[in-house]
Amino acid sequence: MSSVRIDNVSRWFGNVVAVNDVTMTIGPGVTGLLGPNGAGKSTLINMMGGFLAPSTGTVTLDGTVIWGNEEIYRHIGVVPEREAMYDFLTGLEFVRANAELHGLPDAAARRALATVEMEYAQDRKISTYSKGMRQRVKMASALVHDPSVLLLDEPFNGMDPRQRMQLMDLLRRMGAEGRSVLFSSHILEEVEQLAAHIEVVVAGRHAASGDFRKIRRLMTNRPHRYLVRSSDDRALAAALIADPSTSGIEVDVQEGALRVQAVDFGRFTTLLPAVARAHGIRLLTVSPSDESLESVFSYLVAA
Amino acid sequence: MHHRIYHPTVARLTYRGLLGRRRAAVLFTLPALLLVIAAAVRLLTGADDDTATKVLGGFALATMVPLIGVIAGTGAIGPEIDDGSVVYLLAKPVKRPTIILTKLLVATGVTAVFSAVPTLIAGLILNGNSQRIAVAYTIAAAVASVAYSALFLLLGTVTRHAVVAGLVYALIWESLFGSLVPGARTLSVQQWALSLAERIAAPGAVSSDVGLPVAVVLLAGVTVAATWYAGEKLRKLTLAGEE
Ligand SMILES: Nc1ncnc2c1ncn2[C@@H]1O[C@H](COP(=O)(O)OP(=O)(O)O)[C@@H](O)[C@H]1O
Ligand SMILES: [Mg+2]
Repeated sequence: MSSVRIDNVSRWFGNVVAVNDVTMTIGPGVTGLLGPNGAGKSTLINMMGGFLAPSTGTVTLDGTVIWGNEEIYRHIGVVPEREAMYDFLTGLEFVRANAELHGLPDAAARRALATVEMEYAQDRKISTYSKGMRQRVKMASALVHDPSVLLLDEPFNGMDPRQRMQLMDLLRRMGAEGRSVLFSSHILEEVEQLAAHIEVVVAGRHAASGDFRKIRRLMTNRPHRYLVRSSDDRALAAALIADPSTSGIEVDVQEGALRVQAVDFGRFTTLLPAVARAHGIRLLTVSPSDESLESVFSYLVAA
Repeated sequence: MHHRIYHPTVARLTYRGLLGRRRAAVLFTLPALLLVIAAAVRLLTGADDDTATKVLGGFALATMVPLIGVIAGTGAIGPEIDDGSVVYLLAKPVKRPTIILTKLLVATGVTAVFSAVPTLIAGLILNGNSQRIAVAYTIAAAVASVAYSALFLLLGTVTRHAVVAGLVYALIWESLFGSLVPGARTLSVQQWALSLAERIAAPGAVSSDVGLPVAVVLLAGVTVAATWYAGEKLRKLTLAGEE
C-alpha cells in the first residue's frame, strides 16, 4: 500500500497559476480528481507522475520526493492523456517493451494484456486500434510491473459506454486490491460512479474533498440562478421575493427579464409555477442562467 | 542501481521509429544519389583522384553526411518528445543518461551505415581507393557521424523545430557560410573530419583548414558536451498539459 502526498504545492507557467497551494493525499482505493477544463488536473497528475516539477511545495510517494527520481516508477504506473504511443508496434510488442524497461520478462507483458482483455488483438499494429483499445493497451503498459499507485489522466475521454463500463470495472478491481488509483475527469457523473473518494479542483485550487454524497450535496445546495420572462415581471418579482427560498431578484431591463437567485432549489422549483398560477401570470421563459460546470464548481471554491 | 550506457529496448524502439518514418526515405535516397553520381562520373571522366576528392568532399562529406545526421540525430528523440510518447520511456526506472547514450549510439550507427558505407563504395567506384582517398573520406564520414548525431540529438531535445534548425546548421553554416567566412570553417564538424582524412590520405590529396590535434579535441569536446547537455534536458523534461 502506498500513498502520494501533495504538500502546499503550486505550479505556474509564466503568469498562469495552474495549481495554487494544493495539499492532498491520495491513498489506497479509487480517487476521482474532478474539475472543469483548465482547472489544473493534468498539472497535478503530471507532478504526481514525476513529469513536472512543482514551483513550490513537495510531491512525495511514501515520503520520497517524486521529481527527478526514476526509481519511483517501480511503484507508480502512469496512463497518460495523450494518444501518442509507438504506433508502429503491435500491442504485444509495445507492452513487452514496457515490461523490458522494467527489467521484467515476457510473462509480465502477457499477464497485463490478459488483465485488460486485449489478448485477442495483441498481434495487430497499434495504429489500427480504436480509442478504447488504445486506452486498454496503455493500461496494460502501466500495469506490467504491478504498481501500487496508478495515475490516469482523463481515461474515459472518447470511450463508448461499453468501454467505459469495462474500464470502470477494472479500476474498481485495482482499488479493491489496495492500490491507490487516481483518475481525473471533468464529468461529475463519471466520478460518482467510480470513485469512493473525490477531490475537486477549480481554477488551480483545491475546492472540496470527500465522498460523492458530500460533493453532490455541496453542488445541489448552492444558490441557483434563473433567468425568468413572464407576462408581468414586476408582479412576479414582488410575489417571489416574499418567499425565503428566493434570496435575490433583479429586474434586467435590457434583457426584459428577471434574474432570480434561489437558495432552496427544491422549494423554488415548486414555488415558481404555483406563484405564477395564483397571480394569473404567464411564464414565458425559465432558464437556469449559470448551469455551466464552471459556475457549479466556482460555487464550491467560494464555499 | 548499476549504470548502463546501452539499453537494448530503448535502442529497438529508437531504430524502429527512425526507419519507420517517412523522412527515413532521405536515408536511402541520398546514398543512392551519391552512388549514381560516382558511377556517372567514373563512366564519363574515368578514374581521377581530383574528381574523386571533389565528389566525396563536395557532396558526400559536405552535404550527405550532415543531412543524414539531421534525420537520424533529431529523429532519434525529437518525434517522441513532440508527440508525448517519450513518457513511456520516462515512466521507467531507467537512468536518463542511459536513454540518451543509447539513442546516441543508434543515431550514430544509422548515420554511419547510411553515410560512411556509401562513401566507401562511391570512393571505390570513383578511383579504387587511389591515394587512400576512399578510405580517408569513409573514416571522416564515420567520425563526423558521431559528432553530428550528438549535436542533432541535442537539438531534438531542445526545440520542436529540430529538423529545420538542423538543416539550417548543416546547409547554411557548414556548406555556405563555411565557404565564405574563413573563421566559420574552424567551427565546422566537416573541417574537423576533413583533418582526419588529410592525415589518412596520401600527402596533398585532401586538405583541411584545421590542424589534427585541434580537430580531435573539438570533435570529442562537442560530442561529450552535446550528449551531456541532452541528458540534462531529458532529466528536466517536463510534460505539461495539452494546451
Ligand atoms: N505548458 C503550459 N504552459 C502554459 N500554461 C499551461 C501549460 N500547461 C497548462 N497550462 C495552464 O494551466 C492551467 C491548468 O491546465 P491543466 O492542468 O491542463 O488543466 P486540466 O487538466 O484540469 O484541464 C490552464 O490554464 C492551462 O492553460
Ligand atoms: Mg487535463
